[in-house]
Amino acid sequence: MNALTESLIELIRRTSAEIPDDVQRAILTALENEKKGTIAESALKIIERNIELAKQKSQPICQDTGSILFYIDCPVGLDQIEFADAARAAVKQATKVGYLRQNSVDSLTGKNDGTNLGPGAPAFHFHQHRGDKISVRLVLKGGGCENVGAQYSLPNTKLNANRDLDGCRKVILDAIVQAQGKGCGPGILGICIGGDRATGYNHSKEQLLRMLDDTNPNPELAALEADIVKTANELGIGPMGFGGNTTLLGAKIGAANRVPASYFVSVSYMCWAYRRQGCELNQNGEIQNWLY
Amino acid sequence: MIALEFPFTEEKVRALKVGDEVALSGRVFTGRDAVHKYLHEGGKLPEGVSFQDGIIYHCGPVVLKDENGEWKVTAAGPTTSIREEPYQWQIIRDFGVRGVIGKGGMGPKTLEACREHGCVYLHGIGGAAQVLAECVTRVINVHMLEEFGSPEAIWELEVKDFPVVVTMDSHGNSLHADVFKSSSEALAARV
Ligand code: SF4
Repeated sequence: MNALTESLIELIRRTSAEIPDDVQRAILTALENEKKGTIAESALKIIERNIELAKQKSQPICQDTGSILFYIDCPVGLDQIEFADAARAAVKQATKVGYLRQNSVDSLTGKNDGTNLGPGAPAFHFHQHRGDKISVRLVLKGGGCENVGAQYSLPNTKLNANRDLDGCRKVILDAIVQAQGKGCGPGILGICIGGDRATGYNHSKEQLLRMLDDTNPNPELAALEADIVKTANELGIGPMGFGGNTTLLGAKIGAANRVPASYFVSVSYMCWAYRRQGCELNQNGEIQNWLY
Repeated sequence: MIALEFPFTEEKVRALKVGDEVALSGRVFTGRDAVHKYLHEGGKLPEGVSFQDGIIYHCGPVVLKDENGEWKVTAAGPTTSIREEPYQWQIIRDFGVRGVIGKGGMGPKTLEACREHGCVYLHGIGGAAQVLAECVTRVINVHMLEEFGSPEAIWELEVKDFPVVVTMDSHGNSLHADVFKSSSEALAARV
């Protein structure tokens, strides 16, 4: 096995078993903000204990180890085919040792061959840059929360949402109410305004690569993000939908150009088991440092 | 925290109310999509298996054999329950089920079956696979493993102090319906 494959197995292990620090901090804050003695507080306490236990045992935080999404920033000239082969070998091995559940099903036959490999699985998103660094980010996107994601086409008469930021706000908040606790909240939203249906969802997922406590460079979007989190937490949906003060841990919004005829708002919901990690690799494929 | 122990009689279950935190001990049966569809279509439970006064857990556990050939549950969180909404009421009625563990809650048909036949919906903590696996003390048996495969099989598990919250009781109350209503109203006041 080459160094790159070994590094990627470690990336998968760490992503699956260890919640990133920024997320754990947010969960701890949520725990402090819940009223003592409520079922919301109990739920968050169990979540916190689960995070510790998974890390200690090096076992998946959640048994649904999700869709496996790789985001690779690489120098011009990196052999992407070779990289993807190494990543597939890593996924297969990580599944064998239990960092990943046997979680990939042939959509037509319903068969699960137990490798987590197949058409579109894992998924790769390569971005070239002019620098010399290779950074790999991994998101394990659970199914329950993926199911409550939503895409809106504006204008939306029912929600009285027009093609402006206020219209975006209305549909995003609607998505939160529709999701209730079904996506294992408290959740984190990745959102894209614009794009076509496919690029919109893709951009919304890439928003989930941002640090939870960062600030959007676009002041209008930064204000909208803050407003979404504040308003969502006033709705009283709470952890697991039990009622309570924390419905969302964060909202990250990006924008992509659209054609004049379309105006999509794509919302990806990430559960509290926010498994994303990343690392920088050297030329030999060894891990240099962690990104989260 | 209310301790609820096997056998889960109608009397014990009727005493539970929405919002109660329960520590569950005793035997539970896992069952998810394949089992529900099978029973709904008239399938029979295997010899010696009875859901009477029992609990069905919507869960596809990760179960491995250890060095001594014993089954060991390594992850056991709840899966989304609403997929069983078309079937659950009938299984509660026909098999004497007293409790359903899952996540996300269920709809009006299940709520009505809970009221009529004496059953509760118990919400597990979604994603808490490790904490919940620790509450599984023993794999008593496994049924229909060949037919349905590991995640979909009926695993007969012994649990100890398994933490759940009553979110649908046998008196017609649903926390999910309540929170949906109150949060929708709160939103309407903010857009
Ligand atoms: S939504 Fe997330 S936490 Fe919940 S079961 Fe799925 S992967 Fe696990």
